[in-house]
Amino acid sequence: MSIIDMTAAELAAAIREGKTTAVDAAEAMLERIEEQDKLYNCYVTVDAEGALAQARAVQAKIEAGELTGRLAGVPVAIKDNMCTAGLLTTCSSKILYNFVPTYTAEAVRNLQKAGAVLLGKTNMDEFAMGSTTETSAYGVTKNPWNTEHVPGGSSGGSAAAVAAKECFYALGSDTGGSIRQPASYCGTVGMKPTYGTVSRYGLIAYGSSLDQIGPLTRDVTDCAAVLEVIASHDEKDSTSIERQDTDFTAALIDDVKGMRIGIPNDYFGDGLDGEVKEAVLAAAKTLEDKGAVVERFDLSLVEYAIPTYYTIAAAEASSNLERFDGIKYGYRTKEYAGLHNMYKKSRSEGFGEEVKRRIMLGSFVLSSGYYDAYYLKALRVKALIKKAFDEAFAKYDVILGPVAPTTAPRLGSSLADPIKMYLGDIYTIAVNLAGLPGISLPCGTDRNGLPIGLQLIGDCFQEKKLIRAAYTYERARGAFPTAEKEVG
Amino acid sequence: MATEYETVIGLEVHVELATKTKIFCGCSTAFGAEPNTQTCPVCTGMPGSLPVLNRQVLEYAIAVGLATNCEITRYAKFDRKNYFYPDNPQNYQISQLYLPICRNGGVEIETEEGGVKIVGIHEIHMEEDAGKLIHDDWEDCSLVDYNRSGVPLIEIVSEPDMRSAEEVIAYLEKLRLLIQYLGASDCKLQEGSMRADVNLSVREVGAKEFGTRTEMKNLNSFKAIARAIEGETQRQIDLIESGEKVVQETRRWDDVKGESYAMRSKEDAQDYRYFPDPDLVPVAVSDEMLDEIRAKQPEFRTEKMKRYKEEFDIPDYDIEIITGSKHMADLFEAATALCGQPKKVSNWLMGETLRLMKEREIEAEDLRFSPENLAKLVALTDSKAINSSVAKEVFEAMFEENVDPEKYVEEKGLKTVNDEGALRGVIEKVIAENPRSVEDYHNGKEKAIGFLVGQTMKAMKGKADPAMVNQMLKELL
Amino acid sequence: MANIISDETIEYVGILAKLELSDEEKERAKSDMGRMLDYIDKLGELDTEGVEPMSHVFPVQNVFREDVVTNGDTREALLTNAPEQKDGMFMVPKTFE
Repeated sequence: MSIIDMTAAELAAAIREGKTTAVDAAEAMLERIEEQDKLYNCYVTVDAEGALAQARAVQAKIEAGELTGRLAGVPVAIKDNMCTAGLLTTCSSKILYNFVPTYTAEAVRNLQKAGAVLLGKTNMDEFAMGSTTETSAYGVTKNPWNTEHVPGGSSGGSAAAVAAKECFYALGSDTGGSIRQPASYCGTVGMKPTYGTVSRYGLIAYGSSLDQIGPLTRDVTDCAAVLEVIASHDEKDSTSIERQDTDFTAALIDDVKGMRIGIPNDYFGDGLDGEVKEAVLAAAKTLEDKGAVVERFDLSLVEYAIPTYYTIAAAEASSNLERFDGIKYGYRTKEYAGLHNMYKKSRSEGFGEEVKRRIMLGSFVLSSGYYDAYYLKALRVKALIKKAFDEAFAKYDVILGPVAPTTAPRLGSSLADPIKMYLGDIYTIAVNLAGLPGISLPCGTDRNGLPIGLQLIGDCFQEKKLIRAAYTYERARGAFPTAEKEVG
Repeated sequence: MATEYETVIGLEVHVELATKTKIFCGCSTAFGAEPNTQTCPVCTGMPGSLPVLNRQVLEYAIAVGLATNCEITRYAKFDRKNYFYPDNPQNYQISQLYLPICRNGGVEIETEEGGVKIVGIHEIHMEEDAGKLIHDDWEDCSLVDYNRSGVPLIEIVSEPDMRSAEEVIAYLEKLRLLIQYLGASDCKLQEGSMRADVNLSVREVGAKEFGTRTEMKNLNSFKAIARAIEGETQRQIDLIESGEKVVQETRRWDDVKGESYAMRSKEDAQDYRYFPDPDLVPVAVSDEMLDEIRAKQPEFRTEKMKRYKEEFDIPDYDIEIITGSKHMADLFEAATALCGQPKKVSNWLMGETLRLMKEREIEAEDLRFSPENLAKLVALTDSKAINSSVAKEVFEAMFEENVDPEKYVEEKGLKTVNDEGALRGVIEKVIAENPRSVEDYHNGKEKAIGFLVGQTMKAMKGKADPAMVNQMLKELL
Repeated sequence: MANIISDETIEYVGILAKLELSDEEKERAKSDMGRMLDYIDKLGELDTEGVEPMSHVFPVQNVFREDVVTNGDTREALLTNAPEQKDGMFMVPKTFE
């Protein structure tokens, strides 16, 4: 097997056994990126020199027996909204076109401690606002399964890089589905952990109460291994949670006998593509055949998740993005008359349209006279949505459904109608509002050969149940085709 | 008959807490460092940085709340106050609006008529300070230093219960003393560790409704506060009398010109879009936490005064002055414990200390000498090792540089000469050189001996015990 | 569209958010915001009487750091990203009139 085709776990094992080296792996990946990333544009920044230097250092430590972890020596791609010391971090925005952080995000540090080799930073929707990676200031990313389609978003660069085998795995962030949905569109595994499991320190915030970093990988085994490394209790993040059960690879068990799986009727109504529906229900059947108890139920409130989410996320974003003002870092307009004009021009020229749209909406819903009617109302509905999930998890171990209503849309077909685009988040968004873990994994392809994603949602802190169910399904499903075969 | 007006005043007092580190990060709060050398990603608003609350800030805020008879909020949260300004690196300030840590308190003040009045405290909240802006004339721009950004503050918001500048100052003095006693801040107006914004309105005497109020900022001394209150009261009365309306606005006091002007800009909407900060978790104050903080509350002034009266034989006036400053009370108690001479320690504080403070224009909180050294000085005078005029000289050195009196006396050779032989020689010489005075003395002019004592002390360069000189002179004459 | 966003509202939100929109952008923003608010108004269908607003999804409380200095002087690093600087400080358009 060529190095390129290995999973992260396979590669790490091969390096440990001396069959290959971290340097060979990094070189192979860099070569591939050089060859084909012009086509896909998965990366905003590729750090070839840095990656090779890291690979050499990591290899030496592996040989010295200092690094023995499951990911030691494996090259990784990082979404460009996580700070990396000394390496350009843009959030795919013009406003951070030259920002070089002086510190590294905690999740990335955890990877580095485990011997990861950073290849570069992946493209995304600007400040993670979008579902297609088309709002990036650095060009669109194309879906490796079909370059006329979007890779999804906002972690589209990370998902496409995994699918195009331009990295062995990647980190993404998920505020309303930004890991799970691109994973679904690109035929990879993607997981959003329980809020607080992975430190947000160094993650450039979009919606702070919703943001969570997670893995995008080639299979469930890698997903568990990466999550195990990045999960940590971080004293620098007040919302970080101390957990004792982060040995996620222990849940890679091929058995779902007796597992109670609920299928929300509300996730299979109007708007869901027929092929997606069929593939997802077939996956449910597979799990049932493996011994799970599968049942249909009414989750309720599903249609309220989107307006709730856009109110809360926009409000938080409007505040989180105030710091981009042309004073301390990033873009400052060339000509201006006075302080306030400098602010306005820098921000108006530095932010893209979708970001401005959400900042305006967020500023409005928080403004005097509207706070109660919009923002507080949304926080109340959020409480109701959480309660609906609590009730569901009293009956079920796992909720099963689609990730997105359709497979990857064509490039350029989404941005014209924002509300229609937002509706695409309907199955992923509530998970963020309730702080729950969710995993997306491929369960089929449509008539155009584009991948379909299956979503499993767990109660908070129940990632292990998700991993177990996902692993069992993956084994039963068998090998999934890869993107390169489709595009040649 | 002219209409009589009443001034209605409420205060927003900001107090910088005496923590070692900032409210949300581990940067030092020490004063006077080079610009931006006490900063980190958190207090400079770097993307991806996150705040974590300094426990000491919460404890100080609760302690102040307890000392001002507030209810402590058992479930408090932090909110973001959003506004753009370069000294505010995130362009939002982390503060508390919806669930502040303390509410519904009050302190007693003495009124001019000698009565007692309660000034209500609406709330106390925790928040972060902003950075410093420095104007650069050369470049015609401003420069930002974030060393102060993130320094912890509490804001104490009073009810509109004050009616005169005197009451305002009495209230501020009261707060200052309580907070100094707690050790929660040094509360220096000039240095900005205590700042007061004045909310003021006027109304006709007897009116039930409040008038339209203005908020005045940039008041950094008691004098400026008094002047600003007088100025603003008159400005509002003039407006009303001329048929105009008072506009609710924020005004900046210019103490040099003695007038205020509106801080208005169409770019300042004053709509802060407060919402709970998602990066910080709520604070739940448990009974245990409250008990612990209560147990640590110090003895406040009233109790201290009572105890001094019982324990120490010093005048009420001394007690009043000494307990008027936490630092002075600490000095007094520590020095007394060391030397066992409350009266003498008090005399040093009431005499030379106050005199030099006035002369050097410094406050009691800035006294630099240690109680150990003061106790040593008392011991040196007690044992007659130095006389009182030498002692004053030593004290002054101690006041300036906290010198060790024993070493100082030793090094400068100031010890009183108690050797009778040596003294006798000098006195005999003085007698020989001053025959007229000797004659006057013999002729019954008792006063003449004073001159001779003086001459002897001069010859001894002050290092003699005047009583002993007096005694020996009489013998030799 | 039930929510009609006026020019004044867009202007006002622009002041709050420090955004300056072209006339064309303003028209789009008015329409987008109006549509989003119509959509958000859907929440009005739900009775939330007596429901506590949920700002934090988990009941995590009392996360503190101790009052110990952990950070040193990192000014040089801090200023590496500054668009303009002078004398170890960030340079901004003058703030005093």
